[in-house]
Amino acid sequence: MKNNQGFPFLIAGILALGLGMFIGTLAAFQFIIPDFFELLPFFKSRPLHVSLVVSWIFLCAIGGIYYYLPTYCRLPLFSSRLVKAHFIIFIATGLAIITSYLLGKFGGREYWEFPPILSIPIIISWVLFGVNFFKTVFRKKGKWPVYLWMWATGIVFFFITYLEANLWLIPFFGDNIVREITIQWKAYGALVGSWNMLVYGTAIFLMEMISKNSSLAKSNMSYFLYFLGLTNLMFGWAHHTYLVPSAPWIRYFAYGISMTELFILAKIIWDWKSSLSNALKFKHHIAYKFLLSSEIWIFLNLILALLISIPAINLFTHGTHITVAHSMGSTIGINSMILLASLFFIIQENSEKAIGSNVLKTGIWLANISLLVFWISLIGAGYLKGTLSFGSDLTFQEIMEKLSPYLISFGIAGICLFIGMCVILWVALTHLLALRKK
Amino acid sequence: MNKQLIFFFLFVLFIIYSFSVYFSGTTYDKGISHFTTEAKLGKKLFQEKNCISCHQIYGLGGYMGPELTNIISYRDNDESIARAFLKGGTAKMPNFQLNDEEIDALISYLKYIDKAGNYPPKAYEITPYGTVNEIVTDEK
Ligand code: HEC
Repeated sequence: MKNNQGFPFLIAGILALGLGMFIGTLAAFQFIIPDFFELLPFFKSRPLHVSLVVSWIFLCAIGGIYYYLPTYCRLPLFSSRLVKAHFIIFIATGLAIITSYLLGKFGGREYWEFPPILSIPIIISWVLFGVNFFKTVFRKKGKWPVYLWMWATGIVFFFITYLEANLWLIPFFGDNIVREITIQWKAYGALVGSWNMLVYGTAIFLMEMISKNSSLAKSNMSYFLYFLGLTNLMFGWAHHTYLVPSAPWIRYFAYGISMTELFILAKIIWDWKSSLSNALKFKHHIAYKFLLSSEIWIFLNLILALLISIPAINLFTHGTHITVAHSMGSTIGINSMILLASLFFIIQENSEKAIGSNVLKTGIWLANISLLVFWISLIGAGYLKGTLSFGSDLTFQEIMEKLSPYLISFGIAGICLFIGMCVILWVALTHLLALRKK
Repeated sequence: MNKQLIFFFLFVLFIIYSFSVYFSGTTYDKGISHFTTEAKLGKKLFQEKNCISCHQIYGLGGYMGPELTNIISYRDNDESIARAFLKGGTAKMPNFQLNDEEIDALISYLKYIDKAGNYPPKAYEITPYGTVNEIVTDEK
């Protein structure tokens, strides 16, 4: 176990998530109490929170891929030195980003709020990852299971769209607000799509391993769903910018593409019986519990995503907390649950005893139930903000006043979610550290 | 079906589509003549101070503070209100200790985005297909 390449990424990911959620909880309370924790004002706590939790998604997804390729896909990594270099650059860039926020030095682009110069090491580290991945998987003979396609796509598209997200540095793009905002969100939509490829690929990989059914990842349906996801990644982003005065065809095209996800919704409903029997069959496996939670969250968030992709609904929900519900629901409920499944899969496969103490189970329940309250509170706040912004003459301050019960319930649910996740992460961290020593 | 081929086809479409978005989908910006050197400096400051962590433009950004796309015309083009906020901050908005030039620049930037479009749309129609058409009436 000692020399496994993926481990440092997994451990760093756990720490990033723990710290990121802690700062997120602080930030949630800064919404309600203005001078709360003045040491780290909101305009610093928000980017810190976002960057830390996003880095958890990347660290854990990448760590999993580095771990699974040699152990389960029988594809020894092309170079372990590249993995080390990747890790060192990742962590050094992360520390530089944290320092820049603490010093109040920003690039001020939503979600990637650090100075743009720090994009250079991010791009370099991604090249290292890509070279290593492709040099490794191209040695595989025969048909690629769909998760290899998804991981490959995630890597390629992160690279392309991260570059695209930096186009604003060129005056042609940066000197026209309509073009700048449109392309910013075109890139962001696809960036999220590309990390989803890494994460969903991991979910399919885990399902194959848990069910020991290798036809799953090679079925026509799974490739079809992959291409559907890819199409949405490429063309389905414009619900972020329906209201930006860009050309109408951008909107209509994206609207049409987004609605193809109805197929996925129909499939989930169609398959519910077999999903249920799977749940009964595999429920003993701790990783499956997380996968099952993620499936429920996929269902809920897909409905929300479909609704807010309809321009007539988007008109009222855009710029409200419903968008936050969508992003938090997906990154916590879907992405993080799948990545936790991956962590616990690795732990379980390397342990003699079955993992699943009552403490851990309580953590899982607490996290999921409080996430539901958290999610519903955000939808409530967003609904109110949307209707009041359009249907009344209230000022910004009056609207915020009316939202406060929802924001308080959001904050309290956030604390419970934080506690639940800490329990889960603590169990994962102690097991992983013990495995490393083995 | 050949998966490599489907991927290649989609990828080519993606490239064509991206360039169409860059060069023909986003040429419209009716405020462009207001994007002066001063306004550009304002944009730079807006980013360096991370205003977007609390404020939104076209509904995109943080939710602690108000939406800023049309804040200048919302206040009947009286920029002194925005100036006062920038000068002193509030309980929720930090005082960034901006000097007069920096405030001028930020105001120029806010005026530019105000001219560039409307958000949220003031007049619109919803079609039976669920799409929204903005009805542009006022010329700012
Ligand atoms: C920590 C959050 C935060 C940050 C950062 C922030 N603001 Fe604000 N801002 C607010 C809040 C909240 C209000 C509304 C006043 C209030 O409720 O205290 C506001 C009000 C304003 C207003 C007045 C709007 C009106 O109603 O006329 C302007 C203009 C403004 N901010 C511009 C900026 C600019 C430019 C920056 C960056 C230099 C910035 N703000 C940074 C939170 C913030």
